[in-house]
Amino acid sequence: MAAQDTTAGAQPIRLRAKGRRWGEDVVKGLLALCALVSVATTIGIIIALLEPSIEFFREVSIVDFFSGERWAPLFEPASFGVRPLLAGTFAVTFWACVVALPLGLGAAVYLSEYARPRVRNTLKPALEVLAGIPTVVFGFFALTFFTPLLQDFGIGVGIFNVLSAGLVMGVMLIPTVASISEDAMAAVPRELRDGAFGLGASKLQVATRIVIPAAVSGIVASYVLAISRAVGETMIVLIAAGGIAQLTADPREPAQTMTAFIGATGLGDVPTGSLEYKTIFAVGLSLFVITFFMNIISIRLVRKYREIYE
Amino acid sequence: MSAIPAPLGQRPRGDKVRGTIFYVLLLISVAVGFIVLFTLIVDVVQKGIGYVDPLFFTEPNNPTNPQEAGAKPAILGTIYLMVLLLMFVVPIGVGTAIYLEEYADRERWYNRLLELNIQNLAAVPSIVYGILGLAFLVRGLGLGRVLLAGALILTLLVLPTVIVASREAIRSVPDSIRQGAYALGATQWQVVRRQVLPAAIPGIATGSILALARAIGETAPLLLVGALTYVTVDPSLLGSFTALPVQIYQWIARPQEEFRYLAAAGIMVLLAILLTMNAFAIWLRNRYQRRW
Repeated sequence: MAAQDTTAGAQPIRLRAKGRRWGEDVVKGLLALCALVSVATTIGIIIALLEPSIEFFREVSIVDFFSGERWAPLFEPASFGVRPLLAGTFAVTFWACVVALPLGLGAAVYLSEYARPRVRNTLKPALEVLAGIPTVVFGFFALTFFTPLLQDFGIGVGIFNVLSAGLVMGVMLIPTVASISEDAMAAVPRELRDGAFGLGASKLQVATRIVIPAAVSGIVASYVLAISRAVGETMIVLIAAGGIAQLTADPREPAQTMTAFIGATGLGDVPTGSLEYKTIFAVGLSLFVITFFMNIISIRLVRKYREIYE
Repeated sequence: MSAIPAPLGQRPRGDKVRGTIFYVLLLISVAVGFIVLFTLIVDVVQKGIGYVDPLFFTEPNNPTNPQEAGAKPAILGTIYLMVLLLMFVVPIGVGTAIYLEEYADRERWYNRLLELNIQNLAAVPSIVYGILGLAFLVRGLGLGRVLLAGALILTLLVLPTVIVASREAIRSVPDSIRQGAYALGATQWQVVRRQVLPAAIPGIATGSILALARAIGETAPLLLVGALTYVTVDPSLLGSFTALPVQIYQWIARPQEEFRYLAAAGIMVLLAILLTMNAFAIWLRNRYQRRW
């Protein structure tokens, strides 16, 4: 009782702020507004693509669009079968993958398992330089250096061809695959490697039977992202693959991809509201949907390996 | 009589051979990228060196005489784009990063959706941003094919990159600094502004410069907002414009051989700008980055 009496007269110190600080709320609101810009971007992209696409599909049936084998929107009679563009995109992507997937993985294994820290710390930023070269430069390289080189080797490619564009794009994508795969391999716990070495495994066995399987979700994520990039890449194909939309499996021939069509059509003075103008958006929507699903798969896979090991 | 166990430290012979082959394959994987990078630079310099002369920096494009053609409007256009881009993308990007790192509650669905949205935007093909610009800025708002439209579209394009880099920089500031400031009675914004941001600035600057370098090399979205025009006047905010990569593309697309050399000269200038920016970013990181 006596102890209580001694504090009875004193006011307890209040630790709460005296008034509400409105400035703090204003700042928080402004920051949230910044964050909303990226949401608005996505909504903007969807609206920009959907609206003209819906109008497009009122004039051209969806069935014709996806099943037609002739893409000739600028000719009379016009034909809107998107399959040649899809085939062109697929062909270029395929040849890019032939280069980027194995070499990217090899580079990642080297950096993560074989290179000494000093070597790794110089090679990684140097690879980033390769990733920072503008795509228009790779297009120039494919058209004026690599295609003539292929011709010198007796591969009868045309001036514009799928093979050269695809292979050069593949080299461009090596850092994408290597960087994400290497991150995943670095997240594999050391104990797994030490355990295998302790059982007498060789370095090759540790790399191929322990590290690669343990990092597989990250590797697949890097593959999916690289494919998504290849599908969405514009300048290399616009410059080096030519502008003829045709269904062919021969990589020595020219082809047009979805992106190259958008680029080639969009740079001209296409009258707003014309069917020609709307094709840009219909093809753009197809491109966006394809890459969207691949991006989501890739993002989920990256999360998966982070959850397991970190 | 039991089998004699293999002595420790010995392996079947094939193992060693296989290991060596594997190692060589890995070395080749790494080497291909560098060989191509080296060849590309040598090739470009060989083709372009004769055309990088004073005229190249003082004259506009000349569609009939490549000898007298220059890239002055294109180089200026690229510089203007850089300045506008910095003004737009850094405040928005850093603001978003602060919101996500310091204010947002991760458990809320809308904040998680926001993160997913940014991750997806980072991988949307650049030409799709061009379509966005064509539909909303050039045609929708009636802005026309102007420099501002190009700058805004590039802003949206590299915004995710700036956000990701800024978030990493902010995250690397240790919590003890925040707790210390709170203990002294600082409000949340005071903590962010006086403690977290100053400590994170080197990382944010490095990330922003790298993002800027990426934006400056972009061609496809600019094609759609109309940078592919024949411009002889210096660019202005609401006037028609061109940029260095677009000018390069324009020259590559010409059938005459000489314009290819001109394109190579343009590439040399572009790569010089980009490498300078990259080197500056790396220097900045090494000079000011603190390990906590």
